[in-house]
This record gives sequence, C-alpha cells and structure tokens, in this order.
Amino acid sequence: MTTYNSLLFEISKPGRKGYSLPETEVDQTAVADILPAHLVREEPAELPELSELQIMRHYTGLSNKNFGIETGFYPLGSCTMKYNPKINEDIARYSGFAHIHPLQPEQTAQGAFELMHRLEENLKEVTGMDAISLQPAAGAQGEWAGLLIFKAYHQANGEGDKRRKILVPDSAHGTNPASAVVAGYDVVEIKSNEHGRVGIEALKAAVGPDTAGLMLTNPNTLGLFEVDIVEIAEIVHEAGGLLYYDGANANAILGKSTPGEMGFDVVHLNLHKSFSTPHGGGGPGSGPIGVKDYLKAFLPSPRIEKTAEGFTVSRDHPQAIGRVKGYFGNFGVNVRAYSYIRSMGAEGLQQVSEDAVLHANYLKARLAPYYDTPYQDHCKHEFVLSGMRQKKQGVRTLDIAKRLLDYGFYAPTVYFPLIVEECLMIEPTETEAKEELDAFADAMIEIAKDAENDPEIVTGAPYTKAVRRLDEVTAARKPVVTFQRNSAELKR
Amino acid sequence: MTDKAKLYFTEEHEWVEIVNDTLVRIGISDYAVEQLGDIVFVELPEADTDLGAGDEFATVESVKSTSEIYAPVGGAVARVNDALEDEPEKLNESPFEDGWLIELNVSADIDVSGLMDAGAYDDYVSSL
Amino acid sequence: MTKQHRYLPTTEQDRREMLDTIGVSSIKDLFKDIPESTRATKDKAIALEDPLSEQALVRQMKELAGQNVTTDSHAYFLGAGVYDHYAPSIVNHVILRSEFMTAYTPYQPEASQGELQALFEFQTMMCELTGMDVANSSLYDGFTSLGEACNLAVSATKKQEILYSKALHPQAKEVIGTYAYGMEYSVNEIGLNGTRTDMEALKAGISDETAAVIIQYPNFFGTVEDLKEINALMEASKGLLIVMSNPLSLGVLESPGKLGADIVVGDTQPFGLPMSFGGPHCGYFAVKKKYMRKIPSRIVGQTVDADGQRGFVMTLQTREQHIRREKATSNMSSNQALFALATSVFLAALGKVGVQEMAAQNISHAHYLKNQLKQKGLTVLSEDDFFNEFVVQLDRPVAEITEQLLEEGIVAGLDVSEELGWTNAMLLCATEKRTKEEMDKLVSLLTGEDK
Repeated sequence: MTTYNSLLFEISKPGRKGYSLPETEVDQTAVADILPAHLVREEPAELPELSELQIMRHYTGLSNKNFGIETGFYPLGSCTMKYNPKINEDIARYSGFAHIHPLQPEQTAQGAFELMHRLEENLKEVTGMDAISLQPAAGAQGEWAGLLIFKAYHQANGEGDKRRKILVPDSAHGTNPASAVVAGYDVVEIKSNEHGRVGIEALKAAVGPDTAGLMLTNPNTLGLFEVDIVEIAEIVHEAGGLLYYDGANANAILGKSTPGEMGFDVVHLNLHKSFSTPHGGGGPGSGPIGVKDYLKAFLPSPRIEKTAEGFTVSRDHPQAIGRVKGYFGNFGVNVRAYSYIRSMGAEGLQQVSEDAVLHANYLKARLAPYYDTPYQDHCKHEFVLSGMRQKKQGVRTLDIAKRLLDYGFYAPTVYFPLIVEECLMIEPTETEAKEELDAFADAMIEIAKDAENDPEIVTGAPYTKAVRRLDEVTAARKPVVTFQRNSAELKR
Repeated sequence: MTDKAKLYFTEEHEWVEIVNDTLVRIGISDYAVEQLGDIVFVELPEADTDLGAGDEFATVESVKSTSEIYAPVGGAVARVNDALEDEPEKLNESPFEDGWLIELNVSADIDVSGLMDAGAYDDYVSSL
Repeated sequence: MTKQHRYLPTTEQDRREMLDTIGVSSIKDLFKDIPESTRATKDKAIALEDPLSEQALVRQMKELAGQNVTTDSHAYFLGAGVYDHYAPSIVNHVILRSEFMTAYTPYQPEASQGELQALFEFQTMMCELTGMDVANSSLYDGFTSLGEACNLAVSATKKQEILYSKALHPQAKEVIGTYAYGMEYSVNEIGLNGTRTDMEALKAGISDETAAVIIQYPNFFGTVEDLKEINALMEASKGLLIVMSNPLSLGVLESPGKLGADIVVGDTQPFGLPMSFGGPHCGYFAVKKKYMRKIPSRIVGQTVDADGQRGFVMTLQTREQHIRREKATSNMSSNQALFALATSVFLAALGKVGVQEMAAQNISHAHYLKNQLKQKGLTVLSEDDFFNEFVVQLDRPVAEITEQLLEEGIVAGLDVSEELGWTNAMLLCATEKRTKEEMDKLVSLLTGEDK
C-alpha cells in the first residue's frame, strides 16, 4: 500500500494541461456576444491543472489504496462479488456498442436491438417470466418499477385505492421498504420465524384486502431458501396480492429453479451480481425486470419489438407505468451480461449455482466450530455468522471485519440482516478456488483465537492499510464533503 | 444546574422539566444518550409547531442509527436548542443541561400523572 | 463428467473434499430445500444456446456490433442529451484499473480509500461547476437525478405540484411523470415562447402549491434560459428552483448556483463517457447546504484516522435506505461510481482552462453551422443565445433528409417538429469534434447545393 495522499487540487499548478484539442477551423463566437452579461460565467470553475503523467500517477496512487476482486477474496454477502470476465470489457468497448447514439435512426442500430432482444429472451428463460424490460438501471430501480406495476395492475382492477400495503420480511434489504415508499405504498414488516424464514402464521395475519403484494428475496438474506414458497405464494395470491422477487440472491438458483416456477409475478435481476458485470466501486449496475403475461401491459415504455422488417422501438403502451430511466437502460452493462450468459450456457449457469452453494456450505462448515451459527440448515450461496461469542471477549463484529483486511481479504457484509446480532454475512461465490476459501477460513479461525487470547490485536485493526481506523463520528458531526480550499492545512 | 430530581420521565427516556406554569423544557435522559452512542445529528422542529402528547418531534442520529423522540406532553414549540445543530455532541456531554431539545408553551395544566419521577425512572432503568 | 469452465476453478476433487467436510454425499443434498414442484428438471430445464469459446464469442459480438452505424463511420450532428465528444485516452485507462472497476461500494473505508478520495474529488468538482455547496457521489443518470430532485422538493416544501418547462428533455418529462405517479403528486407543463420557456405562462403558473420549477439550462432546444429572470419570478414562492444542466456548458455559462438554483442536476456524459446507446452514463446531484441531509444516495466526507491522518468515508448515511429503510430520503442504493471516476479523470485532464476552451469550441462550431445555414437561406428557429444545439427549419420532412444524410456518412439531428409544433424542424448539434469539412458538407446537403 502506498502512502500517496494528495488531492488533485493540491498538486495542481496554473498553466499545466492534460488534454489536446485541435485549433478551431471556424470563426470563433464569443459567449459574450450571444448572451446577456449575467449569464456569462464570471469566475471559472476551480478545476485542477495537471499533465497526463501527473494524472495517471495520481489515480494509480489511489488505485493502490483500493481493493477489488482482482486484489483478493471479497466475501461481501448479498453482493455476489464474482470474477468480472475481461473479455466482456473488450466487447462493451467495441465501437458498434460504445459509440452509438440512443436516438440514431432505428435501422442504423439493429445490432444493438438484436443484442437487447436476445438478452431479454435469455432472461425470460432464467427467470421463468414472460416479458422483460431492460430499462431499470439497478436493483432498487427494478424494485420501484416492479412495485409501480403492482400499483398499475391494482388500479386497472379498480382496487388501487384499497390495496395500499406492501409486505416486507424483516430480513429484507433496506431498498425493499424504501422502494415501496417511493412507489406510494405503506410498508408492513413480517417477522421471520425461528428458522430464519417468513413465518406462515405471521404472513396469514398480515395479508388482507389492503395487501398490494409481498416482496421476497429467495434465498433470503440469511442465505436460506424459503422452503414454504409455494404456500407463501398461494396465501398472497388468494388475498389478491402479487409477489415480487428481489433477485439480489439469484446466483443460488440459476438453472435450479426459477422465480416464475415459485409463483412470483414480477422479478428483477442484478446483472452486476449474478451475471458478472463489474460493480465499479458502487455502480453502474443493471436491474432488468421480468413479469408474467398478465402484467405485460404495465411494463415500462418504450419496448423493443421484433417485426418482419427488423427491430423497432414501440411507444404506444397506454397502460405502461411510464419511463423509469433515460433511453434503453444501462446498455453497456447489458452487453457484458449477455456476453457472460453466452459464455456460460445453461449448464454453465447451473454449475455456477452449484459451486456457489457448495463453497458457502464448505466455509460455513469450517467456521461453525469457532463462531455462532444462528441457523443450522444448509445454506444456499451465502450464510450468516454471529459474533456474539467474540463480543463477550470485547471484540465486536466490526473489529473482526477490520482485522480481515490485514489478512489481505475484504470483509463480509456486517450488521446485516438486522435480525442477527453482531452479524457477519459471507458470500464466497463460485469463482474462488478452494485454496482461497481455506486461506480465508484459516484467517477467520485465527481471528477467533485472537479474540480470546489477544483481543487488542483485533480491536486495533487494521494495521496494514493506507489508513488506520477512520473516525466516522466526526465525519458525520462536522461534514466536510468538498475540498476546503481556504481552510488551514490539514495534517496529511 | 438542572436538578435531575426535579424532572419527570417517560418510558421512552424523554424528560420534562416544568419551568413555570406555561413553559416546559424537554430532552432525553443520560441512559438514552448512552444507548445511542456518539450522537452526530439532531433534527428539531420549527418554532410554533403544535405538538400533541405522544407526537414525534425530533430525530436523534448516531453514525448508523436514528431514533425518533416523542413529546411527553403537548404544547406549542416556544424555542429549540439551536446549539445542537453545530454541536450535537452537547447531547452526549450534558443531556440534562446543554443538551436540552425544545421548550413548549403549554396552556392547560400540565398532566404529569403518566410520567415517572426521577426515583421511579432510576428503578425503571435498572430493571431494563 | 463436468467440463471445467474457464471462470470456475473448482475441480471434481475439490468438490469431493468440500462435500466431505460439509458431511453430505452429493451436491443434490444442498438443493433439497427447493420444493420439488419448482425445481428445474430435464423436462423443464432452462433453454439457452450452448456456451461459446472466447473466440466464438468475439466473432458473434463483433458481428452484432458491426451492424451498427457508429461515430467511427459517421459524423454525428445528433445530440439531444447525449453527445459525441472528445475523451482523453487516460479516462478509459484509469477506469480499467481493476482496483476501481471490480470493487464494491466502499463499505470498508480503510480498504477503499482510493475510490472514496476519487469520489470526494468528484463531489468537489461538481460543486465548483454548478456553484452549489454539496454534491452526492452520483446517481443513475440525469433524468433519474431530476426525478429524485422532484421528490426532494415535494418533501422539503410539503407542497404537491411540480412545474416544468416544455423546453425540458422529453424523456426527462417521462421520468418525472413516473416519479410523480409513485409519490402521488402532480406535474404540470409551462408552455414555450419560441424555443424557450414562456415567462408569462410561468409567472401565471407559480402558486402556493408549487414545490418546484424545473428549468433545463441550456434547454432541450439548446437555448440558454435566463435563470436570473426565472429566479426573480419565484421570489415570493416557497417552491425550489431545480436546474437540469449540461455540465460542459457550465465552462462558459454562469453557474446555476449563482443565479439562484436550489438543486442542480444533470448528466456528466459529455465529460468523457461513451454514448453507449444511452447508458451507463452518470447523473450528478448538487444542492444548497440547507438540503444536504435530504440528498439521495451516497456522500463521501473527509475525516481522520486513529493516527490523525486524513482519510475519507461515506457519511450522513442515516439518510439512506440501508439504515432508515422505509423512512429513507430515497430508495437509491447503487450509483454510477465508476463513471463518476471517469468524469473526474476527464475534468482533471481538461482542467480549469480546458473545460472553458472545449465549451467555447462547441459554441463556435454550432454558431458557424447556424450562420452557414442562415446564409444559404434556411430558417433558423432558435435565437442566437444557444450553446451547441439549435433548431433549423428544413424544406423537406426530417425523415427524408435523415435517410439521405445517412448515405452521405452523416447522422442527422433529431426531428423536433412535434415538440415545437413546426413542420420539418431539426435539432442540430455541433460539438468540438465536428470539423469544418463535415459542417460544410452538411450545409450543402441541407441546402440542396449537392442536388
């Protein structure tokens, strides 16, 4: 890890530049000649001035302080940090994909439409749904679009005013209740039972004529398959509600089952999770949604239609929920996901799920003697541990997470789901070799031992990163969210 | 110096000080503050807001959690503790004094029958 | 015997050993919890084409990509929200660094300092350009940023009506319509006067119920709206002024912050991001300090570590869905961090002078094109206060001309006849990439000199 610690603004010097624009060949038009004075910029934006090499050194310095999948094992639960194939990056950069305009004439972009169409067909297969929209940019946007489809469906049935509640298990991702609210719904939380699943009795008590639907992740965020899914679907449908499948954990079921078979009505997939597109430090993602036939009319507009003359964009969908994002969604991400599916095939995807589940159960088996395992059933692609045993020694889950960084691993998801105290949520994915899983297990075991014998070494971690533990309290109390040009020089 | 012995408490750990016949001051207890950890932000209502007893009137935030605060008695907001805007840590340091949250104008007689006195509150906390 | 796939390291022997440790005899035992009725079987297995080798994949994908007209084969005079601009080579090189590209959201800041600092720099530069106090670290795109701004305005003002100018991008209108459908508030359109917002109509439209007025700057037709005048109209209103702005134009235009904007949003696609058929791009979202705690999505803040050394963390997280769940300011989780990084690299390369120079070149090119067309007798519907786009009236239907231009290696501007209510109206864009030769060729084709 380097100690490079300068901001762009601190290494800037007037007069330097890192670009080259050709000389303008035409007469120049001065902005002052075409605009009233008050619309002409008075003070230029204080952007840095640097040469190309300085910029490359800056970002290389920063990248050396960042941890990606290619740096090491990244067991972040519910995030599916699998290998992002390099060839897909090449393909997304082909001129015919990267340098095309979304509004160019349809006949000049048939290759792009064909790719989108094929991806839709593939995702129909993978989800067991009847129609797909590639428009949502990420999972949360897929959820929102899906819930707006619930809303449009109930309104079309004359039940819009009556069905105002979305049921969400207490183990759900935070996006689920938040998406329900921005779709105009009230949220009813369903308590998980002692097996970490949706309690049938709790569900029965919650459903009613005001139920718009249920959102469910399956396997859920505890890594457990909702074994009662068929009955759950029946209960919700019987009450007149719909079922939404949060696809964050779809990596566990590819080719093994489909949300369609399970009884879900609307589904989203996170192509940046199960379908290998890179997370980019937080995005871009892609969150296509799929629906059953009876909800097709409500999908976002526009849609891609295949006609005898080729592909065309259709906009006449009076029942559609509208547009959720510009143009055709995150096309570049979708190119990568399609390349991945074509590289794997059905058998390959099934192997993905089998290995992902195998790896998770293997790690769980290795760690169970050293950490509390709140749920004993076999898990799917991820599992949760509780750090309660270590907490008694004064070592918190956060400390364990920080200590793992010193061993050259990223940390698992921590303190989520909220229903497990001192939670560690571990998702190894299928692309890690057994040697890597063993090295991680060894590190976790060593940390558990240190927690008993030498807790300070754990609570003081990390020691080997670019920075020691950071003060998040001050960051939130006195927010500094832009470079303070005029403030006194901070200690570097 | 605010005397804790003169305060009334709720089970949700709010306190009320009866300043005079028409004014009360409200805050949260030392126990509540300890449970919340380092407080990083306090959101307070605007002056003149009418509150009923039990209404949510403030949010107290730590780095990764938020807690809603409810009015133990009803009234109109007379004053809020603006100092907390820049120095929310005052709430950690001094929950009964510098860390007070709001003052309410109250018209009717103040009903403390549903509230605990300091002794009862201490017993309540030790039972938790 | 399973074939070993190049992305999957686990061998048959590994599987055997792992199953032994778990204490089950077969992988099937780990999938028993999936109810039989929902399980994939031979009869209802998912049907996908056979997997491709890398070579075969490349061949197929090149074939698909090869069907499309691109900026390599054609000169684009099409803009309308997505632009063909210069992107320094280093932008792509930096975002290809796998430490950035293959990282997740920086949940463990000590192992994510590179990303966090880059986002902090992004926030700073977006504030500089827009003249605002606080920016988040990106959203999906400019239109979703605008939708989020509407939700913020409704929540902050507790008023229920959003007014937008008809000179707003048509797809932006569609997206805010969907946001309004979700949160159940109303959106109403203010008409046009030529290619700009009708000030009289706006004045009449603002009421006690106005949560926000949305103005695009420069607007969808390229015209630079007078934000100062609009802000003055809103003096007595409690509504917020939301400005959606092409950030490149802010190299030469006065910042919306200085002209009274409360929220400034837009898309940084012009700053080095490939057009990619419309996405992924990168939404930005900047506000006055007063609204800092109502911003959607992730914000990076500066702090110190245990040794007092400067570092960066995600901050003000209690706004967000993973903590506040149904009470969050937004449901946003993932953002476009990699493209916020790309934007930052672009802005570092262009710098203080380059952004001004590039913006000025856009103005010069578009105005040269306009002058030539005017001289040759075409009617230009835009007045002179436009940035890099303007509307021209042609003597034939836009579709017909578009076909003809394609054969000549030119992608025409957008048909905006319907939006403006004029016949044969084309929105033409000339960025710094359009050469004099390309523009002269377009002029001769549009004015019929080549017939």
